[in-house]
Amino acid sequence: MDILNAIVAILNYVIVPATTYGAQLALGALGVTLIYGILRFSNFAQGDTMAFGTAITIMVTWGLQSLGIGFGPLPTALLALPFGIAITCALLLGTDRVVYRYYRTVRAAPVILVMVSVGVMFLMNGITRILIGVDEIKFADGARFLISASEFKSWTGLTEPLAIRSTQAITVIVAGLLVWALFWFLAKTRTGKSMRAYADNEDLALLSGINPDRVVTVTWIIAGALATTAGVLYGLDKSFKAFSYFQLVLPIFAAAVVGGLGNPLGAIAGGFIVAYSEVAVTYAWKKVAGYLFPSWDTDSLLQLLSTDYKFAVSFTILIIVLLFKPTGLFKGKAY
Amino acid sequence: MKNLLLASTAVLLAAGAANAADVKIGISIGFTGPLESMAPDMAKGAEMAMKEVSDSGKLLGGDKVISVRGDSTCIDAAAATATVTKMITSEKVDGIVGGECSGETIASLNNVAIPNGMVMISPSATSPALTTIDDKGLFFRTAPSDARQGEVMTDEILEHGIKSVAVTYTNNDYGKGLADSFVEAFKKKGGTVTITAAHDDGKPDYSAEVGALASAGGQALVIAGYVDQGGAGILRGALDTGAFSTFVFPDGMVGGSLEKNFGKEVNGSFGQVPSSEGEGHDKFVAAAKAAGFDGNGTYAGESYDAAALILLAMQAAKSTDPKVYKDKVMEIANGPGEKIYAGDLAKGLELLAAGKPIDYEGATAVHLIGPGEASGSFREIAIKDGKIETVKFR
Repeated sequence: MDILNAIVAILNYVIVPATTYGAQLALGALGVTLIYGILRFSNFAQGDTMAFGTAITIMVTWGLQSLGIGFGPLPTALLALPFGIAITCALLLGTDRVVYRYYRTVRAAPVILVMVSVGVMFLMNGITRILIGVDEIKFADGARFLISASEFKSWTGLTEPLAIRSTQAITVIVAGLLVWALFWFLAKTRTGKSMRAYADNEDLALLSGINPDRVVTVTWIIAGALATTAGVLYGLDKSFKAFSYFQLVLPIFAAAVVGGLGNPLGAIAGGFIVAYSEVAVTYAWKKVAGYLFPSWDTDSLLQLLSTDYKFAVSFTILIIVLLFKPTGLFKGKAY
Repeated sequence: MKNLLLASTAVLLAAGAANAADVKIGISIGFTGPLESMAPDMAKGAEMAMKEVSDSGKLLGGDKVISVRGDSTCIDAAAATATVTKMITSEKVDGIVGGECSGETIASLNNVAIPNGMVMISPSATSPALTTIDDKGLFFRTAPSDARQGEVMTDEILEHGIKSVAVTYTNNDYGKGLADSFVEAFKKKGGTVTITAAHDDGKPDYSAEVGALASAGGQALVIAGYVDQGGAGILRGALDTGAFSTFVFPDGMVGGSLEKNFGKEVNGSFGQVPSSEGEGHDKFVAAAKAAGFDGNGTYAGESYDAAALILLAMQAAKSTDPKVYKDKVMEIANGPGEKIYAGDLAKGLELLAAGKPIDYEGATAVHLIGPGEASGSFREIAIKDGKIETVKFR
């Protein structure tokens, strides 16, 4: 029983939340890494693209709700998601046309594009706030829990609770499907292959007749879809607040860089590494140890690092990885 | 040159008193910044006291009171210092109501008010650090120190039969100060604190904090945070994972969004907010309503009292010089004498003019302790059926 309790405690406070958070970061990092691999710059506007897409999705959700349309036990926002993606993609393509295309044709240095993306970030920041305001918004509806803490306790008779929110399950499932679809697309389809060719060697790809405009368009569409989905999943699981999305850029970039910028597999691994390190390294193991070694009575929390330092953890990992493998764990690119 | 200036100022002041000139009171609070939503009601509260005194025509033979507003920004100590400097040197105020937040108050007090011998009465700075500051008798506050809230919270928790708690606080002066004072008071009375963990506001994820708090355990979780910020994130995580079922909410967590976003989920939890009751409070709320603002707004009553204390002290000392009237503030606030409630300022001025003592109660049952800070009455609340209900006053 005590061993079970220990396992449940770890599941409830480490595995479940970290996996969810990791999936959210992984989707965001995938968007960053795709832009980096194909368009060759770090897109700092990623967090605010997520915020914009989520804001649109929330507004469509409200519209659907006022029409009385729901999605059964699932959140209505999932129905609204395609609309959010479409509008976000339109915005990204518009931005590309008005802003990025010029710098691409003049073959500006990557650092200039990074600065441009910072400008775009502040603009999107403003647009999102004008659209939906700065307040915290909760838009999850439908069933809240797959397994609720009190139900789990009465079913199993364990002293430790386990709770899985339906949004956590949805996050992991949707993220998994999306990643599978993306890899299938990149590996099997003609467009996917042309994108990889363009990423590998732009000049050679152009010589072999690949249409660069098409590659760029598809990249932005995929990035928009990833960003909006990541944003909506994150918002469903926690809540929407324009400022928190802006803050998300840091862990997302940490994830993409740890995994290897430009490498999609690395982005996913990076997302989970950052999430797990934040939660697990600062976890206090006192309770778990109490179950496993009942005779060991200690006042210590058995906490490696106080939670104050949780951000330091992911950045320490980032520095260590960059010191020993400058292109990231999964060998990304460096421009 | 300096002497000449001083002399001419003195002449001006003397002339002013003789001609029943204007008394200027500065209001240095955060009209912009993190507490900007509180500031308008606070300023109107203070100005209501000034208007009451002006209208009575009884202050020092009919002086009118003029309000000088300034923005202390709440978070930018340099901006607050500049505001107070301007009030003292160019506006030549005779007393200041402010500042609003603890950090900026300490800065403007040390840098400008004390060197210039200016009285500052803060309606809302609650940091325990202000209790021990060397203020030369120039600083008072009509808000209680957070040390007091720590004690009140300790008593409440122990009365609920809870002996061990986990504590999380928002990582700033308010959260840290409150958590420290609570932990000290709670341990002194025999309680156990299993963990004291900070959380930062506006972060994307609080799983790590919730995990650590849950592992440390305890019968209840004390959240010294903000209900629109990280405090809500911690509360949501703790509820969803089933880590805690009883929560203790200090003032920053008691707000409309607690009912709206958590409602019945936090049934059985409890907390406290600085508050007052009684005759003065009712009178103040009614007068505020007539004047077109919310008298129940946070620290609105305290602002009224801060302004009223300055003006009554002037009357008692028969001088608008801060260095003179500062000694009268405690005397007026604590009595003995006839009790003066909000709305009775004219009567208070009259009695003082006749040389009779008064005991100023004002809007918030003012009673200053220690170096001149409110003893603090708190309203204990409990969540019943998803609603915040008042249990009693402490």
